[in-house]
Amino acid sequence: MKIFATYNIKGGVGKTTAAVNLAYLSAADGYRTLLWDLDPQGAASFLFRIKPRVKGGGKAIIRGTKALDDAIKGTDFENLDLLPADFTYRNMDLLLGGADKKPTRKIAQLLRPLGHEYDHVFLDCPPSISLVSENVMHAADVLLVPLIPTTLSVRTLDQLTEFVAGFNGHRPEVRAFFSMVDGRKKLHQEIIKDLTAERPGVAATPIPSLSLIERMSVERAPVTAFAPRSVAARAYRALWSEFSKEN
Amino acid sequence: MITPGLRGFVLEAPDGDDPAQDPLPAVLSALAQAFVVSAEPGAPGTGTHRRIWLDTFDWRLYRAGLMLEFEQARRGGRLLLSKADGTPQAEQPVTRWPRRPGLAQDLPPGPVRDRIVVLTSPRALLPIVRAVGSVSVTRLLNDDGKTVARLVADQLTVTAAPPGITGGTTAELPLRLAITEVRGYPGQARKAASLLAGVPGVSHASQSELIAALTTLGRHPADYSSGVETDITATMPGSVAVARLLLRLLDTVELNVDGVLRDIDTEFLHDFRVAVRRSRSAIKLLGEVLPAELAGHYATEFKWLGDVTTPIRDLDVHLLGFDAMAGQLVAASPADLEPLRTFLVRRRAREFRRLAAALRSPRFRAITDDWRKALLEIRDAPGSPGKRRREPAAGALALATTERAFGRIVKRGGAITPASPPESLHDLRKRAKELRYLLEFFAPLHDPVANRKVVGDLKQLQDCLGEFQDSQVQREEIHALADAMLAEHAAPAATLLAMGEIAANLAHSQAQARADFAARFARFAGPAGRERVRVLLEGRR
Repeated sequence: MKIFATYNIKGGVGKTTAAVNLAYLSAADGYRTLLWDLDPQGAASFLFRIKPRVKGGGKAIIRGTKALDDAIKGTDFENLDLLPADFTYRNMDLLLGGADKKPTRKIAQLLRPLGHEYDHVFLDCPPSISLVSENVMHAADVLLVPLIPTTLSVRTLDQLTEFVAGFNGHRPEVRAFFSMVDGRKKLHQEIIKDLTAERPGVAATPIPSLSLIERMSVERAPVTAFAPRSVAARAYRALWSEFSKEN
Repeated sequence: MITPGLRGFVLEAPDGDDPAQDPLPAVLSALAQAFVVSAEPGAPGTGTHRRIWLDTFDWRLYRAGLMLEFEQARRGGRLLLSKADGTPQAEQPVTRWPRRPGLAQDLPPGPVRDRIVVLTSPRALLPIVRAVGSVSVTRLLNDDGKTVARLVADQLTVTAAPPGITGGTTAELPLRLAITEVRGYPGQARKAASLLAGVPGVSHASQSELIAALTTLGRHPADYSSGVETDITATMPGSVAVARLLLRLLDTVELNVDGVLRDIDTEFLHDFRVAVRRSRSAIKLLGEVLPAELAGHYATEFKWLGDVTTPIRDLDVHLLGFDAMAGQLVAASPADLEPLRTFLVRRRAREFRRLAAALRSPRFRAITDDWRKALLEIRDAPGSPGKRRREPAAGALALATTERAFGRIVKRGGAITPASPPESLHDLRKRAKELRYLLEFFAPLHDPVANRKVVGDLKQLQDCLGEFQDSQVQREEIHALADAMLAEHAAPAATLLAMGEIAANLAHSQAQARADFAARFARFAGPAGRERVRVLLEGRR
């Protein structure tokens, strides 16, 4: 089982759209795939038309009174399941903090029993630096970091890389990709050019800023599913092909 | 993820040649009461599928409560093993199999092979039913437009495909509907199934697809057995009972001919030969109620059939037990024996041509056709009362012949001493076999428990006598094979030495069986054994 996590400290950078589309493409490739919507806003759950609700809430899951397995819902797509969000996830930091001796390893521990059932797991994280994100970083094999090509987001990537480098033992691989790219903006073009050349972990495929991607919330499906031949879908496919080749 | 094939949700619509009776619109409208229904043309599993159900000729998988299905794909396919109720047991992909009936041991390693190889060996897996299914999927959506269950409709067209039995008929099965659950939405699937069950004309399927296919094609599962179960009663004239029995044996002979000629597996010939041997014994022991000329003629003909099939069977026995035999070698290496295997295979090919010629000859056709005609006449003849009055009823015939056969064993076996020649044990083996056949022939007239007890004792004795004689025969054959291989310059010294070790092992087994004989015979023919036979025959007096 390989665990991917889409993460960025900032919100609105395309984490959820990336998680939803990459998970869909992984499933379409035949991998048994699970997407865990960890964001209490429940955007990924909404996009798959699944109610953002878990019986017993985050507490039941973190304390283990409800097995992760029982909360999983099948999506409309072959090989793709979803663990829905729940509004109580907003308190997940507190729940994790009270969990046990290793509060930063709880999510990894919860996922372990699913190893025989899934080939790929995608974690869609809420934007923040918190105990939840630290848990995610410890659980993940690959951190997928969407970056809007601005100077500030480059700084964020540096901070994140440094933070992960300080981990003892398991360290996730940090893979950044450009998101919400506006090809008409000179600054976007320059940052993409420079950073792709300078940093080995940055994907060559940018995800453009397109209204079709925004339309996912109307269609309530991955753009790769409802408009598979669109520019947006092609970009996600190329990106997935970069990440999956390294599996 | 789609959870396929939920048990209990499989439903069957009525047969409808009349398009007006197509149950699908009614089903969809019933489901529309609770769900938004939407066709899903590209869903996994939709489209046309070719499937073949496989089993051995004697239905070993069915009898073990299993079903084996081969799902054809563009290249190769998948083998799916399930319980009779459809619960999946194992599956494995296979390529280029089965082009023709094949042995489970020839399959690539995998979970299905592991489960069936011991059960089916040495029989081949044959296609029982071929099917072409056309599958369509309908999504059942909730108010959010989320798929919460699916309706799978499968229209199967089936064709009988067994060798040796008239096949080739094709039929369309009633439409099969199943509700499949989407993970995390079990209640919705149950709700859909209950709506479906309420549609007039739709009922829970009482049979698996395989059984439904066989029934539609006019077949029954397990419709072949090499046994001698016959519909006879104690009061029917002896000649009628014997004719029925011989007809049953003739059926077995004929049902196996095709498998023998196509050389599908070794057991077709084995069953063929057992039926021939039983026929010979029945003619010899019960022939008194048949016209003397008829019995005499067919005694000769069945002896011929036994003789022409013996060389192949002997070679089959060597080849089937080859690996076990090679595994027993201590001084020699199993590899030393390989030239013998090659020699046996070559010789078998030559002998097979002779056997095939015999089974395609007018003489064989005359046996089957004329013998059947004569037996049917006896079975169905009204019979003159005078003649029938002089002839014993089946019950009396059973009593007299069984008593006589038992008495012969007691007398001849009792005369055997440690100094007796091997021939005396060989002769006793034949007599024991005759008694065994009589007990099987007349089983419907006996108390089953009493019969089982006598057969149990007899079997112990037969096993010992069989081990004794088979060891000797095989030892003699090893010598003859060594001579033949030398004559053909096909015997390296290492092979001859290994064969010598095999012969020594066989001599040891024979000596062991000889040592066991006295105790086995005493158990069978002693006071307790005699009492069991008396109890068995008491009911026939």
